[in-house]
Amino acid sequence: MTNALIKAPKTAKRGETIEIKALIQHPMETGFRPGTNGRMIPRNIIEHFSAAWNGEEIFRMTFSPAIAANPFVSFFTVVRDSGTVVLRWTGDQDFRVEESIAIAVT
Amino acid sequence: MTWLRIVLMAAPVFAASLDSLALAQGGVDQRRSGYQDMSPALQQMEDDEMSNPGMLFVQAGAALWKQPAGKAGKSCADCHGAVDTSMKGVATRYPEIPKGMATPVDLDGRIELCRTTQQQAGKPAPESADLLALAAYVTYASRGLPISPPADPRLAPFRAEGEAMFKRREGQLNLSCANCHDTNAGKKLAGALIPQAHPTGYPIYRLEWQTLGSLKRRLRNCLIGMRTDAYAYDAPQYVALELYLMDRAKGMKLEGIGIRP
Repeated sequence: MTNALIKAPKTAKRGETIEIKALIQHPMETGFRPGTNGRMIPRNIIEHFSAAWNGEEIFRMTFSPAIAANPFVSFFTVVRDSGTVVLRWTGDQDFRVEESIAIAVT
Repeated sequence: MTWLRIVLMAAPVFAASLDSLALAQGGVDQRRSGYQDMSPALQQMEDDEMSNPGMLFVQAGAALWKQPAGKAGKSCADCHGAVDTSMKGVATRYPEIPKGMATPVDLDGRIELCRTTQQQAGKPAPESADLLALAAYVTYASRGLPISPPADPRLAPFRAEGEAMFKRREGQLNLSCANCHDTNAGKKLAGALIPQAHPTGYPIYRLEWQTLGSLKRRLRNCLIGMRTDAYAYDAPQYVALELYLMDRAKGMKLEGIGIRP
């Protein structure tokens, strides 16, 4: 079960700059830590995060093992047309989560 | 003119209420929550529910609350309804003695009881994601309320036991809780500030843990640091200690889901 919290304005004016915040539950296991049995815990991190507004990419970032568990991302974008913003996280062990938010332009 | 009169009229009332507050607590309240000694960045991280990772557990708890479990096929909501009304203030009271029992349980223990008796589901493992999520969700309903331990006289011997534990030297380092958290609170232990040990933010999202953890986990951390054997997770000693700590922090604000370094 993936658990994410997203905050973005529901309505915005054309040309306005808005902030989108996204928090997702993920262990971000570095792959450099031994477990209680002495063996290395395999790496399990989110590798990529991207956001697309009506299919057009507006933000992208690559994660590294040094990023803490439950990563929080905040970014700004300029409002154009009404539509949906799709946030996508992909990573190790077939981690793949998509969340979409609707933003209406007034 | 009127505003001056209002100020003049209000001033003695305000002073009187401050006085009674100070008197009731035996002078000015010197107690500090760990929150007050955190960096502004961490305080902001805790206050903004969007950046507080503890809120992920609250959200997971909200889903679990409505989800039927166990042989009884009942959900928490079937008996208790919405947390905003039924669970408001509950976290400020625990540990308590449940009906028909002789010993107190903490909030996690109460959730375990409901899980095993009412829902007839398996006992949740200590520090398991489900237990933490439910505890977080229930505690979140009491955010901002003052810690108010119940006046049940049956709790007194357990609380006294907790106080004795707090002040008793233990372990290879021969330290008591009070040695650090009463005598040397506010000073540094290595690079870290020694807090006064008020349980205002539990369950806390501790950055060192990279996850949410209960007060028991925090107490075990301290016990291990004192080079003593930590009690098992279901030991009554933790509940006794929690009783004393909650009484010590009586009237302080429950933060909901706290963040600590």
